[in-house]
Amino acid sequence: MVDSTVVLNGQTLAYTCYCLAILLVMAWFGYKITRPGKDNKIANALFYSFTGMLVVLGVSLHIVTFNTIPWAPMDLNRADIKADKVFNITIEKHKFTLPEQTLNISCNEKVLFSVLSHDLTYGFGLFRQDNSMVFQMQVVPGHPNDILWQFDRPGIYTIRSTEYSGPTGWNIVLKDAVIVTCNTTANN
Amino acid sequence: MNFLQTLIKGEQAMFKPDGLTPMQKLTLRFVVIGLVYYAFAVIEGMLMRIYEIRPIPAISTNQFFAIMTAHPLVGIFGSTYSIVFGAFLFLVPFLMKKPLWSIKLANWNFWLVTIGTFTFWFSGFLTHYAPLYTLYWPLPVDFTQFSILGGIFFILGIALVMLGTVFFVINVFATITYTPEGWDKQPSCALLSSALGISGVRNLFSKNKKEHLVSLPVAAIARGTVDVALNSGIIIFTGVLILVYMVFALFGVSLKDTAIDALLYKNWFWWGLDLVADGLVLIFVAGTWYLLATLITGKKLFMENIARTALLVELIVSWTVWSHHLLSDQAQPGFLKVLSGEMVTAFELITQGLAFFITLATLWSARPLKMTNPLKFLLGGLLGFALAVPAGIMQADIGLNRILHNTQWVIGPHVHVAVLVGLAMTLYAAIYILFPILTNGAQLYSQKLANFHFWGQLIGGIGMGAFMGMAGLHGMLRRSLYVNGEFNTYMILAGLCGALLLFAFLAFFFNIVMSVGINGVIGIFMPSKLKTKELVPAQE
Repeated sequence: MVDSTVVLNGQTLAYTCYCLAILLVMAWFGYKITRPGKDNKIANALFYSFTGMLVVLGVSLHIVTFNTIPWAPMDLNRADIKADKVFNITIEKHKFTLPEQTLNISCNEKVLFSVLSHDLTYGFGLFRQDNSMVFQMQVVPGHPNDILWQFDRPGIYTIRSTEYSGPTGWNIVLKDAVIVTCNTTANN
Repeated sequence: MNFLQTLIKGEQAMFKPDGLTPMQKLTLRFVVIGLVYYAFAVIEGMLMRIYEIRPIPAISTNQFFAIMTAHPLVGIFGSTYSIVFGAFLFLVPFLMKKPLWSIKLANWNFWLVTIGTFTFWFSGFLTHYAPLYTLYWPLPVDFTQFSILGGIFFILGIALVMLGTVFFVINVFATITYTPEGWDKQPSCALLSSALGISGVRNLFSKNKKEHLVSLPVAAIARGTVDVALNSGIIIFTGVLILVYMVFALFGVSLKDTAIDALLYKNWFWWGLDLVADGLVLIFVAGTWYLLATLITGKKLFMENIARTALLVELIVSWTVWSHHLLSDQAQPGFLKVLSGEMVTAFELITQGLAFFITLATLWSARPLKMTNPLKFLLGGLLGFALAVPAGIMQADIGLNRILHNTQWVIGPHVHVAVLVGLAMTLYAAIYILFPILTNGAQLYSQKLANFHFWGQLIGGIGMGAFMGMAGLHGMLRRSLYVNGEFNTYMILAGLCGALLLFAFLAFFFNIVMSVGINGVIGIFMPSKLKTKELVPAQE
C-alpha cells in the first residue's frame, strides 16, 4: 500500500511546480501589459480551451486520487470490507481510553479503529515519530466514527486528537500507543 | 508643508472633510473602522504566530484560544464586512445612478457592525470564551470550560453584527428596486430578476432576448448578497439556539441531555458558514475584479455574458459545497462526500478560473497600461486566488483530506493566502481606486509607501501561507499548540512573513493618515454639512 508520506511528497511536488508556474505567468503578464503589443484581442478559442482544461483538471484530480490513493476506495467501501482486527476506543473529558495499553498490529492486517465520544467533538489521528500524519478522522459525539487502515510497514505511532475540543483539550496525546510489527518471512 | 503640518492637515491640505456628502462620509467611516479592525486581526495574528514559536508567559493557553476564536471573526465581520459594506453601499447607487434607499439604515448598519464586533471581541478578551468560529456542538455550551456570561455577551455581539448585516441586505435590494422621488416608476420585479440572474437564464431559452437592466458589478453584489442573507439567517438561528442553552444554564437548568444531533448541527452550520468562504467572498471578489478591470481599462468586459452566467453558477454552487468540510466525518453519508464535497466543489475551480481569465483578458485588451496602485493590487489579488483555490480543491478530495484535514495546510496556503493576498489585495485595489472619488481628489502622501505596502503584503502573505503549508504537510495541526518546538523552523519563517505583513499594513495606514491628516480622520466622523442624498458633491 502506498504510504501517506509518498502521497504528501507527490502533492508537495505538484503544488510547488504549479505555484512557480503561476508566479512566473503573473510576473510575465504584469510586465507585458505595461508594454504596447501588436494584437490585444484574446481569441475565443483560447478562452474555451482554458475552460475545458479547468473542467478536466477539476474532475480528473478526484478520479486520479481515487485510483492511486489506496485508502480512498477502502474508506468509501469500508462497510463491505471485513476487518482483521477491531479496536474499540472511547474518549470522554479530553481523555482517550484504549482497549489495551498499546495497540499491537501485524503488517498487512486490515484494522478498524472505532472511536466513540461521550461528550464533545474530537479528532483521532495517528502520527509517526517525526510528527508527520498517517491518517486522521473526526470523532463526533452520538455517531459511530470508524476508519479502516492497512499498515504495510513496521512502526511506532502516537495517537493525537486532531480536533479542538476547548482549551482543556489542546494536548490529548497518547505517545507510542500503536505498534506495528512485520514478520519479514511472511512479507517476503 | 512640513511633516507635522501634513500629519494634521493631510497631503497638501487637499482633503476637506467639510466638503463631503453624507454618503462619502458613511463609506469612509466603514473603511476606517474596517482598517482599525484589520489592525486588531493582524496584531492578534502576530501574537499567535509568536505563541506558536514559543508560548508567551503573559498569555495563558485559555487566552491564546480566545484570541484564536476572535481573530477570524474580527477579520471577517469587523474588517472585511465593514469595508465591503461601505464600498457596496456606495457602489450600488453609484453604478445605478440613483441615491441609496436609506442612509439612516446604512448608519444603523455601520454602528451595529462596529459595536457588535467590539462586544464579542471584548467579551472573548475578558472571559476567554473560546469555542472557535466552528462552534462544534456541544462545545459552545460546555460550561465546564467557559463562562456562561462571557458566552452570552459573545453571542450577543455576533447577533448585533448579524442584525447590521440584515440591514445591509435590505438596503442593497431596496436600492436596486426602488423608485427615487421624482423618477418614473421603476420596474422593480424586472430589476430584481436581472440582478439575480433570472432574466439571464430566461434569455438562454427564449428567442426574444432582453437586455440586462443592471450592470454586471451590481448583479455580482446582488448575488453575493443572497449568500450574505442566508449566512446571517443560519448564524442568527445557531446563536439563538446557543443563547437558549446559556440562559437556562444561568438559571441553573442544564439542557445538556436535550437532543441536538452533533452531525446534523455540523452540517447546517457548515452549510451557512460556507456561504461566506465559498459563496459571497468568491462572488463579491469576481464582481470587484470585473468592476476594477473595466474602470482601469475603460473597456467592455471580455465575455460578459459568460461572466454573468458564471456568477449565477457560483451562487448555486455555493449552496451545495458544504460537505467538503465534512470529508473526515465518518458518519457523513458517502454520496454527500463525493457529490457535494468533491464534485460540486470542483466547480469552484471552474467559476473562479473563468473570473481570473476574463479579468486578465480584459486588462490585456487595453495594453499598454500604466502600473497604477489599483492595477498592481488587482494583479496581486488575482494571484492570491490563483494560488489559494487549487490548494482548496486539493484538500477537498477524499483521499488527500485524510492527511490534510485540520493541518496547517488548510489554514496556510488555502485560507490565509486567499484572505491576505486574494481578498485583501482586491479590497486594497478597490480602496485605491475609490480613494479620489470618496475624498474629492485628496492626494496620496507617498507612492514609495504604497509600493512597500504592495510588496510587503504580497511576499508576506504568500510566504506565511507557504511556510504554514510546509508545516502542515509535515503533520502540524491547526487549532493546536506544539510547546517543544517541533515545527519551529517553519513557524519562525512564517512569523517573519507575518511581521512583514504587519509592517506593510502599518505603512498603508500611515500613508492614508498622512494623506487625509488627523483633522481629516476626525472630520470623517463629524456630521456632514451638506444636506444631500447625492453620492458626491454636485459640480459647481
